[in-house]
Amino acid sequence: MDLRFTEEELAFRDEVRAFISENLPEDILSRTRAGEYANKDDMIRWTRILNEKGWGAPHWPEEYGGTGWGPMKQYIYLEELQKFPAPSPLPFGTNMVGPVIYTFGNEAQKAHYLPRILNLDDWWCQGFSEPGSGSDLASLKTKAVRDGDHYVVNGQKTWTTLAQFADWIFCLVRTSSEGKKQEGISFLLIDMNDPGIEVRPIVTIDGGREINEVFLTDVRVPVENLVGEENRGWDYAKFLLGSERTNIARVGYSKQRIARIRELAAKETSRGQPLIEDRKFREKLASIEIELKALEMTQLRVVAADAKRGNTGRPDPASSILKIKGSEIQQATTSLLMDVMGPYAMPLQHLAEEGSNEPPVGPDYAGHAAPGYFNYRKVSIYGGTNEIQKNIIAKAVLGL
Amino acid sequence: MDFDLTEEQSMLKEALQRLLRDKYDFDTRNKVLASSEGWSTGMWDQLAEMGLMALPFAEEDGGLGGGMVDQMIVMEELGRALSLEPFFGTIVLGGAALRIACTPEQRAELVPQVAEGSLKLALAHTERHSRFDLHHVETSATRDGEGYKLSGEKSVVLDGDSADKIFVTARTGGSARDRQGIGLYLIDAGSDGVTRRGYANQDGRRSAEIVLENVRAEAVCGDPENALPAVEWIADQGIAALCAESIGVMSVLHETTTEYLKERKQFGVPIGAFQVLQHKAVDMFVSLEQARSITMYAAMMADSDDAVERSRAMAAAKIEIGRGGRVCGENAVQLHGGVGMTMEFAVGHYFKRMTMIDKTLGDTDHHMERLAEMGGLFE
Repeated sequence: MDLRFTEEELAFRDEVRAFISENLPEDILSRTRAGEYANKDDMIRWTRILNEKGWGAPHWPEEYGGTGWGPMKQYIYLEELQKFPAPSPLPFGTNMVGPVIYTFGNEAQKAHYLPRILNLDDWWCQGFSEPGSGSDLASLKTKAVRDGDHYVVNGQKTWTTLAQFADWIFCLVRTSSEGKKQEGISFLLIDMNDPGIEVRPIVTIDGGREINEVFLTDVRVPVENLVGEENRGWDYAKFLLGSERTNIARVGYSKQRIARIRELAAKETSRGQPLIEDRKFREKLASIEIELKALEMTQLRVVAADAKRGNTGRPDPASSILKIKGSEIQQATTSLLMDVMGPYAMPLQHLAEEGSNEPPVGPDYAGHAAPGYFNYRKVSIYGGTNEIQKNIIAKAVLGL
Repeated sequence: MDFDLTEEQSMLKEALQRLLRDKYDFDTRNKVLASSEGWSTGMWDQLAEMGLMALPFAEEDGGLGGGMVDQMIVMEELGRALSLEPFFGTIVLGGAALRIACTPEQRAELVPQVAEGSLKLALAHTERHSRFDLHHVETSATRDGEGYKLSGEKSVVLDGDSADKIFVTARTGGSARDRQGIGLYLIDAGSDGVTRRGYANQDGRRSAEIVLENVRAEAVCGDPENALPAVEWIADQGIAALCAESIGVMSVLHETTTEYLKERKQFGVPIGAFQVLQHKAVDMFVSLEQARSITMYAAMMADSDDAVERSRAMAAAKIEIGRGGRVCGENAVQLHGGVGMTMEFAVGHYFKRMTMIDKTLGDTDHHMERLAEMGGLFE
């Protein structure tokens, strides 16, 4: 057992840090640091900078544009991005549809889509959930009926993150109603510009417009946009959901938010002294830090095991807790950041990046705090609610 | 970064597991618990035969040159077996005192006896009003010719009733809570002026109340005016070991409960089919894995001579263990239902040990206050 980074890993970390610091545009950094959501232009600019360096999707196999880094380097890379903080690569392309395409897609699909994902030429979104199919995803009803060289798709997807920016959507669609509900699902790639697609925003409790409903009415999708085999889409979806192991806990983000909490708690006052000096506040902060340190070690256990034995694709007893604990900690940090603002958490602030020229009420860093707290209630819901995660652990790990 | 045990360490773990499984099952332990001594000299000798008493000492001192990870392996297994033997007092705290506070000459005399299992040790730091503060010392050390004489009362001295020699904190001057003026002394338990009252704790482990009246110190360990940093380091190593022991205890609580959920039937089905109970079992599992992770961090930091970073790490680990241990212990009893309340079932014993670990070397609240005072973990 040796829990230190090697010299090589430390040198690599410095290299990543230096690259970010030299290449991340100042205006993007100011937005990520303030806790603002990266906008489309920021994401594209930054992704292309990374891609030019060859770091568009480091975890991909080298033949498709990956780096050949082992799991530990991939982890260090993401942690450095998150801590800086720099925008992280858009997950829908690099972490979701990309790996599905290079694992199950045909040569033409790989040649066309993969380079465009790396360069963010195509902005992808995810068409899995439906109004009637949340945790019970396999009950989905969006239908694709074969008609010559096309599938005709009808149905509705929902909770579609950043669909308003998207050029493409990867969808789970029902191609058969025979057998078990998991057995009639296929994985289709659909052009968002196709006739019959309508995107309607869903405004979330934080006032944000991240998510959307996507309506599909008689959308004609060429059969060559089917990934893998018809009716095997559930297997690909499970692969997609299970392949993310190096970043699921989002430790770097939480570390960065804790640094932000410390910075701002030194500026706010409580009972006439800096809030950071307040005993009760410090205990709340320390409590989160302890959990985060344990989570970081848990994450590193998973990464180190993957590095040694390869990603077996099987649920690792430790990896199964990353989503639950990671989301709890992210929620605790956003909650505490809101608490730092005291009464200034209250005003509904019209933010400069939304085009407002009203002066902020109170300190200029307070406006994002409560919306951030509201927004992060999502992390224990998306990607399988924490209750579903517990069901999975109970079954797969505890054998109940 | 490598979280795996070496081949040698795996062999050590398996050998100790085998010994305890064969010779120290739950029924055997219950008999040991009921005996007048409260622990097994036979098991003690076998642990010594395995080399566990020599393990954490340098080879030049007469040990086997093992590191903190080796000690963690041993503690985890002793935790799994709920060992009642005075290993914590002798090897963990006593051993740390020998390594950290004693001179090579002092070690040359004592380590070989400890290593062969013939000398048992304890660390007497708690007093009636100290609660968990190591620097709260009223016991006095008075100059007496070349040496010192100690007077005062030490309380809840773990493994203090069986110890042959006892490390004692005492002060040469200053007031009760000064950080300066505290020394660490070694006394022989049979010396004139030592009165001991031994007793069992809630979990069956043994402690002693010790009254000292002009007791001659056999040795002065470190600076008699400023031994507190050494004592704190010793306690930190004790915390790391308790964390490892906790992993053993929590593992059994988790495994036993999961098995029970599969076996026990109500309403015609195994009770593990009920989602509410499944989620409690998962909460236990998550607590265990988080505790395991922070215990590795504690093991990594326990040898660090950076006192501030080490203290932060140990406080964090002790808190995580305290909270996680409570989740595991209370849920284990709850999920077992009525039988979890009985002395006949093992889980209650593990729950009690876990609860007492929280009270050893500072409870969760104590360490939270310390960590908050130090500015938190990530400062």
